[in-house]
Amino acid sequence: MKLIFERGAEGRRLSLLPACDVPEYRPAGERKNAPRLPEVSETEISRHYSELEEQIFGINNGFLPLGSCTMKYNPKVNEQMASLPGFTDIHPLQPEETVQGCRKVIGKTKEWLCEITGMDAMTLQPSAGAHGEFTGLLTIKKYHEQRGDTARTKIIVPDSAHGTNPASAAMAGFTIVNVASTEEGLVDLQALREAVGPDTAGLMLTNPNTLGLFDHNIEEITSIVHEAGGLCYYDGANLNAVIGVVRPGDMGFDVVHLNLHKTFSTPHACGGPGAGPVGCKAFLEDCLPEHVRTYEGNFLVIVRALTYLLMLGGSGLTDVAHNAVLNANYLLSQIADCYEPSCEGAHYMHEFVITMEQMKKENGVTAMDIAKSLMDYGIHPPTMYFPLIVHEALMLEPTETEPKEMLDYVAASMRAIYQKALEDPDYVKSAPRTTRIGRPDEVRAARKPVVKYEFPED
Amino acid sequence: MGSFIPGTEKEQKEMLAAIGAGSFDDLFTDVPEDVRLKNGLDLPEGLSELEVSRLVRSMAAENKVFDTIFRGAGAYWHYIPSIVREVTTNEKFVTAYTPYQPEISQGVLQSIFEYQTMICELTGMDVSNASVYDGATAAAEAAAMCADRKHTGYYVSATVDPKVIDVIRTYCYGSGTELVIIPEKDGLTDLEALKQTVPDHAAAVLFQQPNYYGLLEPAKELIEAIHEKDAKAVMSVNPTTLGYLETPGELGADIAVGEGQPLGIDMAWGGPYLGFMATGQKLERKLPGRIIGQTEDDQGRRAFVLTLQAREQHIRREKASSNICSNQALCALTAAVYLTAMGPEGLRDVALQCASKAHYFRDRLVEAGLTVKYDGEFFNEFVTVSEIGSEEILRALQENGILGGLPLGDREILWCATEMNTREDMDRAAAIVAGVTGKEVSAK
Repeated sequence: MKLIFERGAEGRRLSLLPACDVPEYRPAGERKNAPRLPEVSETEISRHYSELEEQIFGINNGFLPLGSCTMKYNPKVNEQMASLPGFTDIHPLQPEETVQGCRKVIGKTKEWLCEITGMDAMTLQPSAGAHGEFTGLLTIKKYHEQRGDTARTKIIVPDSAHGTNPASAAMAGFTIVNVASTEEGLVDLQALREAVGPDTAGLMLTNPNTLGLFDHNIEEITSIVHEAGGLCYYDGANLNAVIGVVRPGDMGFDVVHLNLHKTFSTPHACGGPGAGPVGCKAFLEDCLPEHVRTYEGNFLVIVRALTYLLMLGGSGLTDVAHNAVLNANYLLSQIADCYEPSCEGAHYMHEFVITMEQMKKENGVTAMDIAKSLMDYGIHPPTMYFPLIVHEALMLEPTETEPKEMLDYVAASMRAIYQKALEDPDYVKSAPRTTRIGRPDEVRAARKPVVKYEFPED
Repeated sequence: MGSFIPGTEKEQKEMLAAIGAGSFDDLFTDVPEDVRLKNGLDLPEGLSELEVSRLVRSMAAENKVFDTIFRGAGAYWHYIPSIVREVTTNEKFVTAYTPYQPEISQGVLQSIFEYQTMICELTGMDVSNASVYDGATAAAEAAAMCADRKHTGYYVSATVDPKVIDVIRTYCYGSGTELVIIPEKDGLTDLEALKQTVPDHAAAVLFQQPNYYGLLEPAKELIEAIHEKDAKAVMSVNPTTLGYLETPGELGADIAVGEGQPLGIDMAWGGPYLGFMATGQKLERKLPGRIIGQTEDDQGRRAFVLTLQAREQHIRREKASSNICSNQALCALTAAVYLTAMGPEGLRDVALQCASKAHYFRDRLVEAGLTVKYDGEFFNEFVTVSEIGSEEILRALQENGILGGLPLGDREILWCATEMNTREDMDRAAAIVAGVTGKEVSAK
């Protein structure tokens, strides 16, 4: 389809503002050429974006089982509450007495999230999960520094961790120690014991981990780190599996980040804004950084999350974990005769990982091919090639908001794709067929990057 | 009470049976008994949608929505065209995931590609990323782009928004980067002090245009001086002003950053906002965050994909150019629809109305007994000094439903005017100020 720059005509514009009612003033330093912004009518804008919308897979277009991303349904009441003028039209630097409602939203959300995580203090400033990690790691850094314990420069990260974990640790000035997982996909306790020492600042862990497994050694893990003088950081990416069942604070974690756009139903919005609140135990409260961005974070995202919390209440949150885990295990049970789980006999929680390694060896069909084939069934591909420790990985997280019929449909579709892959691998390898475009050439995109529209006159 | 779980109790039982579990507890056997919550969370029971709606509305009602706003200082009151809201509240744009699957995400990818193009046009730069959290984190991330083995240290003008400097200080603490503040003189970056403060091994110098006090910095001279030191020039800009003012590209800056909130994004008590970052081809591969690129599909059709991903955390892990993953994509879309609705003439009109009204308002406030603190050329913000305390002036305005400027001290106020402020409102505000200062003002 056309780009917005390929539409319209010179001089076309909308009628938005009245004429200026004061004498015109032109400051010195005018730009030489006007920015080449589109010159279009409102009709064209409206149609342009309608056409773009048709080429998007939203949460309501079908099943969206992205592992570790928790693509649950985004309740409409959240959107309504976040669009109230009493929130949207408030200047961030208004006097305190005029923003008491905003303060209540912040206060209540912190209170609930502290109870959910078993933490004592919370900051809602971080704007995304990775931003929360950075915030939490700075908290750990400050803690050791305040104690004069300056040799603690290393953060331990399991090899199954999200890429943001080591990246955040590096931004916070730490060096990274990777520890290998056991064959069962859990933290190798022996390797952890060998990794900790007087230079350990902390450990970052997701539990359940990125394989979807709850590490039952969790108390031992956190005590190994604590005994060595380090702190334990909980990456809340997978909290949906255990919310209302077990709290990071009770497992021995000192710092936690949450993803409001995962566990707490705020929308992913094509990649953001999300929110990544950070909680900590009381002894770390003074170490929380005050300014990781301006103001109180992505406030309207926080309004949405609070709305969701108030609707579900304490027991409703436990129901979330129960049904998230149930849905994942049910889906796995319906495809297990075709697809091989990454860990034989493991208890998966809210997500599971399958490996296409065998299939790839036997007839060349890869995880990517299966993922692309799902599109032809109206299903969004799962997370692919992650975690890195599983070859040809596909990671599925159905979430609690999917009905049984959908899980049955997905299972049937995946079984059909599996059969097709055995009978006619080339067919599967050339998927998708029903989408607006076929597989794009990503190598070409990176080799000679075209990252903005090339105007004909350039 | 409220729930978004479709499964009925009967279905749940059937599904539990299908996986060989007797109860939900059986699904959590790996969670050690002694750490499990015995009685659930100590939180109230859930509520119906109507009850929640009442509760949240009552909180919103406790905030004061001002009819007229003369406060900026980093967040601005602008007109948001209807088409912007209509497009950006579309369910698909709101709920879609990051466009990692290009075959079913062309709508998202193209919209961000268009956004990148518009940011490049506004700033005069070659490449823009798909957004970061806000203007402050954009300014902070820019430092890491400029550092190399021979160049370290971030030198920041004292006329940059102090809230931005606070965030930069946090990021510099993380990376262990030295942060040095270049002093100001008469409300502007002190050029002589810059020449003396910035060493030859500096990574980058940041200044803001218009600066925190609303004044226009001598950008060309600053950038020349920065380049003489072999440092990179990072320019923080207000995107509205670029409808009229010289661009960072024209002026020779290496990186342009800024807060995109003025581009059709609600003030919303501070967020979500939009950090934009653009640079020249030289630093393209050091940009943090997602970038959309154009390519072709297997049939030779134009297609868009996430590109240059070798910079990013999911590939490079601890060696990535940044840890950023989730960004502010929907805010970037908002900015793109806003810029499309405005067009080049509309944006220039907004910029000039802002400048014109601020100059008109300055004159009225001077008549009302305030003194302008700095002589320099300003855009749409300015600082006044008064004999009467700032709080007294602002209280009088607030009692009349007007949010006055931001108090910078006991007797100084940073004022802002935009296209939203009518001549009538400015006259009225000035009359209220005159009432406080005791000055007589003639009606205009």
